[in-house]
Amino acid sequence: MKAGTRLERLLKAGHFVVTAEIGPPKGASGQEIVNHARLMKGYVDAANLTDNQTAIVRLCSMAAALHVLRAGVEPVMQITCRDRNRIALQSDVLGAASLGIRNILCLTGDHQSFGNHPTSRNVFDLDSIQLLAGLRSMRDERRFMCGEEMRHPPSIFLGAAANPFGDPLEFRLVRLAKKVAAGADFIQTQAIFDLERFRRWMSMVRDAGLHERVYILAGIVPPKSPGALRYMREVPGMSVPEDLIERMRKVPRGRRAEEGVRIAVELIQQLREVEGVRGVHIMAIMWEEVVPEIVSRAGLYPRPQVPEEEPPA
Amino acid sequence: MIVAELKPLDQITALLNGYRSILLAGCGECVTVCSAGGEKEVQSLAAALRLWYRHRGVAARVHTVVIQRQCEPEFLAEADPLVAKADCVLSLGCGVGVQFLAERHPQIPVFPALDTKFAGGTVEPGWWGERCGLCGDCILHLTGGICPIIRCSKSLLNGPCGGSQGGRCEVNEEIECAWQLIYDRLKGQGRLEELEAILPPKDWSRARDGGPRRVIREDLRP
Repeated sequence: MKAGTRLERLLKAGHFVVTAEIGPPKGASGQEIVNHARLMKGYVDAANLTDNQTAIVRLCSMAAALHVLRAGVEPVMQITCRDRNRIALQSDVLGAASLGIRNILCLTGDHQSFGNHPTSRNVFDLDSIQLLAGLRSMRDERRFMCGEEMRHPPSIFLGAAANPFGDPLEFRLVRLAKKVAAGADFIQTQAIFDLERFRRWMSMVRDAGLHERVYILAGIVPPKSPGALRYMREVPGMSVPEDLIERMRKVPRGRRAEEGVRIAVELIQQLREVEGVRGVHIMAIMWEEVVPEIVSRAGLYPRPQVPEEEPPA
Repeated sequence: MIVAELKPLDQITALLNGYRSILLAGCGECVTVCSAGGEKEVQSLAAALRLWYRHRGVAARVHTVVIQRQCEPEFLAEADPLVAKADCVLSLGCGVGVQFLAERHPQIPVFPALDTKFAGGTVEPGWWGERCGLCGDCILHLTGGICPIIRCSKSLLNGPCGGSQGGRCEVNEEIECAWQLIYDRLKGQGRLEELEAILPPKDWSRARDGGPRRVIREDLRP
């Protein structure tokens, strides 16, 4: 056991896990986060707090994770390399671990040109792979990235992202292998709509034996409308099949949300059958309240319980 | 070379408010090659400024000079008599040229007429591209001769990020994904396995993060 978080214990015990994203608000109130966490409690194994996603300023992921933790849900804190150098990254992870936030998802981060402060400077002192390697050395070697020893290393479970739809396709696998080699314990994939391409990617993952070295959680985005699907199709690194857009378009306006839930449930059921997929990560940003219904209808409720384990001393 | 671009005329004229004897100083090196601050650009900016003054009924004198190399004191000396007669200098050199001129004439305001953009080269006539991040610790041998520090929008050393699609960067369709280029180049050379190695965090102390830099060559010192 690397850190003994609930997420890790469930994955290790072989359960098909469910995590879901909670987008922190653009303001100083944590109430919405708490509401979402309470809503998801019992339906998800952990909730994932985004770190200023799409480079839009929001309440920080560490504070959001603490709100979630206090509401009784285990958090996964996202941390990106866009806004912090290696000093701040290590410091934030130490702080998070001290608060009981121990699942850390390491991301490079969306470029600031997408967000609401496009004139800002970016950092990118490290990339996500170097961050993973650095955090793993903090945990396992009890050393800071500079090599200096520390007295209380963080007991953390490390995640990373993978995009089965980005280019160059052949190199995506090498990059996943690099993330695993650098210390990723679990992987969250980009939202999957294109099952065929995802299955192809997973078979490459299995051929490389990577599914046995890292827990892969498949990304799910319940689509709300054909427009949402079309928008996602235009996002670099996303693949949305035309027939899915067509299917959504044929549904009368008032019943599209329901169809979106149905699509998400079907995707989960199909992904569950793919060898090497160890869980799903549901990203229903601005639509968090739909998560319990998706989880129930996918037959993933109630969530399994695993005994607590003391984190390694 | 250092690639620069002329500032918009209204920004330049705003700098010159109140000055009546202006020396436009071009540079014969990089900014001549990238058509931003050579003889031709100096003359055309001078003509534009004279016209601008005339339209406003302002009696001002606009003189011109092209210094062979604004970043070397010995070349700057040639322009000393002209600078002495001016009440401000508008440099069409890069940011380095502006500063060397200003250092030589601390009593005279020296203003920049250009925005200095990057270290790059000519891709096609009329098209200059950025190539070097001036990081002080070259890694081009590891990346197929393509610099990810400056050509990847996120300076990734273990790229590409998830936003690379069809060889293009997520930031802008106009930007080529540096990691796609690196991948293709190394694939063509049969060196793909080199990309499996994890490149460690960079020592940024050798870049400008370590403070302003200098190069000292004892063998060349007086």
